[in-house]
Amino acid sequence: MTTPTKEHSLGLADRLGGSVDAVGAEARAAALSTRSIKKDSKMWALELAIRCCDLTSLEGQDSPGKIRQLASKAMRPAPGNPEIPSVAALCVYPRLVKAAKEALAGSTVKVASVAAAFPSGQSPLDLRLEEIERAIADGADEIDIVISRGAFLAGDDEMVFEEVSRSVEVAGGAHVKTILETGELGSYDRIRRASLIAMAAGTHTIKTSTGKISPASTLPTALVMAEAIRDFQDATGTAVGLKVAGGIRSAKDAIRYLVIVHETLGDEWLTPDRFRIGASSLVNDLLMQIDKQKTGFYSDPDRYTLD
Amino acid sequence: MTERVEVLKTYKLYLGGDFPRSESGRSYEVTGAGGEFLANAARASRKDIRDAVKAARKAWPGWAAATAYNRGQVLYRVAEMMETRRGDLEAEVARVEGDASEQVDAAIDTFVYYAGWTDKITQVMGGLNPVAGPYFNITAPEPTGVVGIVASEEPSLTALCSRIAPAMCGGNASIVLASERYPLPAIALAECLATADVPGGVVNILTGHKNELVPVLASHLDVDAIDITGVTGDQRTEVEAAAAENVKRVITASDVRGPHEVTAFMDMKTVWHPKGR
Amino acid sequence: MTKWEYAPAPEATEIVSVKDTYGNYIGGEFVEPNSNEYFKTINPATEEVLSAVPVADESDVDKAVSAARKAFGTWSSMAPGDRAKFVYRIARVIQERAREMAVLETMNGGKPIKESRDIDIPLAAAHFFYYAGWADKLEYAFPGRRAEPLGVAAQVIPWNFPMLMLAWKIAPAIATGNTVVLKPAETTPLTALMFAEICEQVGLPPGVVNIINGAGATGAALVKHPDVDKVAFTGSTEVGKMIQRELAGTHKKLTLELGGKAANVIFEDAPLDQAVEGIVNGIFFNQGQVCCAGSRLLVQESVAEHLLDKLKRRLATLRLGDPLDKNTDIGAINSRAQLDKIKRLVGVGVEEGAELFQPACDIPERGFWFPPTIFTGVSQSHRIAQEEIFGPVLSVMTFRTEDEAVEKANNTPYGLSAGIWTEKGSRILWMADRLRAGVVWANTFNRFDPASPFGGFKESGFGREGGRHGLEAYVKLVAP
Repeated sequence: MTTPTKEHSLGLADRLGGSVDAVGAEARAAALSTRSIKKDSKMWALELAIRCCDLTSLEGQDSPGKIRQLASKAMRPAPGNPEIPSVAALCVYPRLVKAAKEALAGSTVKVASVAAAFPSGQSPLDLRLEEIERAIADGADEIDIVISRGAFLAGDDEMVFEEVSRSVEVAGGAHVKTILETGELGSYDRIRRASLIAMAAGTHTIKTSTGKISPASTLPTALVMAEAIRDFQDATGTAVGLKVAGGIRSAKDAIRYLVIVHETLGDEWLTPDRFRIGASSLVNDLLMQIDKQKTGFYSDPDRYTLD
Repeated sequence: MTERVEVLKTYKLYLGGDFPRSESGRSYEVTGAGGEFLANAARASRKDIRDAVKAARKAWPGWAAATAYNRGQVLYRVAEMMETRRGDLEAEVARVEGDASEQVDAAIDTFVYYAGWTDKITQVMGGLNPVAGPYFNITAPEPTGVVGIVASEEPSLTALCSRIAPAMCGGNASIVLASERYPLPAIALAECLATADVPGGVVNILTGHKNELVPVLASHLDVDAIDITGVTGDQRTEVEAAAAENVKRVITASDVRGPHEVTAFMDMKTVWHPKGR
Repeated sequence: MTKWEYAPAPEATEIVSVKDTYGNYIGGEFVEPNSNEYFKTINPATEEVLSAVPVADESDVDKAVSAARKAFGTWSSMAPGDRAKFVYRIARVIQERAREMAVLETMNGGKPIKESRDIDIPLAAAHFFYYAGWADKLEYAFPGRRAEPLGVAAQVIPWNFPMLMLAWKIAPAIATGNTVVLKPAETTPLTALMFAEICEQVGLPPGVVNIINGAGATGAALVKHPDVDKVAFTGSTEVGKMIQRELAGTHKKLTLELGGKAANVIFEDAPLDQAVEGIVNGIFFNQGQVCCAGSRLLVQESVAEHLLDKLKRRLATLRLGDPLDKNTDIGAINSRAQLDKIKRLVGVGVEEGAELFQPACDIPERGFWFPPTIFTGVSQSHRIAQEEIFGPVLSVMTFRTEDEAVEKANNTPYGLSAGIWTEKGSRILWMADRLRAGVVWANTFNRFDPASPFGGFKESGFGREGGRHGLEAYVKLVAP
């Protein structure tokens, strides 16, 4: 098998580009959000949402101590309940990868590092690539990069393609998630196009937002990206993952995203290999809802550990 | 047996959905028909006007973007709240102007009437223009923005409602100066608005001295239109001249209610689009 | 990997109380029929009997028309602003009792609860709200003329949107000062009878709204009644023609909203994923039992294959089943008779050589059901491209140029609605100018709003419902 050329890949993005009608996409997302998920199917979804979670801390005040606490939450979200699974990954800044890796040793939880001048992406490419390399060297299993929105909005698709494909290359087999920062792209047409360019450049997952700007992830955005993933798979046979992140705090929101993925991409995407939710406070709400399902009582936030 | 001591109301401004006192800390005495003391009304300052304009500007985009149906229901809800609080409205009007029942009826019905205009104003006042060429061409009214309203001094309640309702109907956010002499019914009305799903800041009602406040409102550059129905005499000329600074629309009420009262608070937009394969 | 199955999420039915039997609602009271006859009304999803409803015979019809005539004097001379307030009250009570009404609508008609809850009932309330506002503003609807009510309006409505069609008929009629006798369809009488209760709750003067029940014979007696001034009918073109003949020479004012065979035209530059949603909504909304359904898909050849792939995949995600389940997309067919008609015409399609596609789906044992169906390889001369099926059946044809699309779209006796899907605004307007249809949707389909007029060209009928134009059906214009 030969690697497709850049021209070929960008041509593919052009061909699949198409347009998105905003009113229609939003109406479809709103319709899907009225799905009523109950009983067993809700329990299954809540548990899946935990397994798909990238437990995230991306604050200036993050310290190794904070990351160790979070790692324990990632491995055992509900210390008293061994039935609750671990989350998929712990997502941190590069400087904290080592601490995370040590704290998670022996668990199934992956270390994901944001890299490449997160969240703006406004550094020279060689520095961004070096940041990826060092995060990998420190033990990161997954890398969350951002595209250059400035270049993309200026029409420089080639540069975006180049950045993503070089990042995938230097990540050397580590799972690369590419953040489009959809809240800065302005239209669903552009979100679709950016999704296709990132996929054509070889990213393993496309991701909505850094969580640092508003609007972050929205349901119609996830829908449009899921549709792009589906069309890309039809055209190339390659299955790309989806990560939604930013502002997802409630179990209700998480389930709405799962419904969109389920009804757009199918059951094959309902796994941490192909779907992730980046969040910091979501896990406790998922735990509360699980307890509500089991006991029938509404719970109290103080019963869930804050790390 | 001692008589129960009544709790008296503090009359405040209605600003951004809240009921603050004037930032100036001032108030003025309001007297009844027989000259008796009724209450101290807040005496708004130029800074209160500034704050009210800021609140209106912030509230405006949401109100203008609300569907016509939604705005209609909010106006109708105002009528519902006025009807249930009509005892309060009547009492406030009665102690300054005497017989109040008819005035309150008319005030409520004004909101019902304009509730029905929100989703019809475009149909009646806009339309397709048959231009000579392969173009689709349509004209429709749009909200002007932030409007100042100086209603007539009396009848205190209907004068106010007959200006607030069409301004709301047209999707504007307003800063309203209450009757200086009879400000208390305006605050009773504000309490209806505040409990009627009207988003905070869409209507702001200030009480105070008109000769102090009107020039500030008229010269404020972030006010898009000013209704001078209640401005009298020499001050009219002054206000109209001040309005020119940012080309404010200057509006006065006509004798009859109707769609033109609404479009007075609106701007017409025309859109062209080609038709072709 | 496991499959994620949604657990059943049925809407509770306890909020609805259905009586064992009903009377006709005449002169502000539920009265037993002179006919002494009743018929059973069922839930088409379960075939369970819900209630017994009277058959109005000619004497019952006469009683209802007399009650309406009696009420006309005071109602039409009431201050328009006060009339408005009654209509506003109706709108508000429908909003208050919306969930109850939606559940009842779904139980009696078979439509998915998500549609009755999110579309039918909210729109019905909005319709009353909109026309309430017109009651005291008629001089702006008809400049230079005085709009007077006609008198007694006879209104016969279909079973596909029972409450919404009631609203379309009654709201403009009573807002303009008419009184009405309305006959709901024989398979779906229950929300109309609940509406009668609402009329009582709001204190509407007796006789302004009268609801009588029965099948075709009752409808015929009603429209024929000599003291009726206005007839409004929504239903099949066949019955519409009968009514038009019947009314010849009577001076009764008539509006007809009849059948359709709408073309949904997809150009190659269309936003395809949203077009797929529009096609699905166009033909599977209310199981395709919609007069303006987008039952003919005209797709540009260059994207036909791609679009059909997407459409077929989407069909596989449609959830058919219990209409009361909040996750149901496709509910029950309204009646056995309608199901038989759909089956017959689908059989004709297969015989004529069109290729049939149906996604795998489980059909419940009881009740009336038909799976979402697509016919490809259809040509203009096929009966499934010409006749209204009134079911979840889409006939797919292709075209190459705009002219061809217009020609094919217009090539039917009907002219109710049409759809256009393209990113190019000027093409939308060019096409809209040429399509012979009363409603043209661009990059959307099956949208309704009280402010927007609806009605057909050609054999789809005449007169408009909704909007300012909807008032015309209920007034005579005289010199001021």
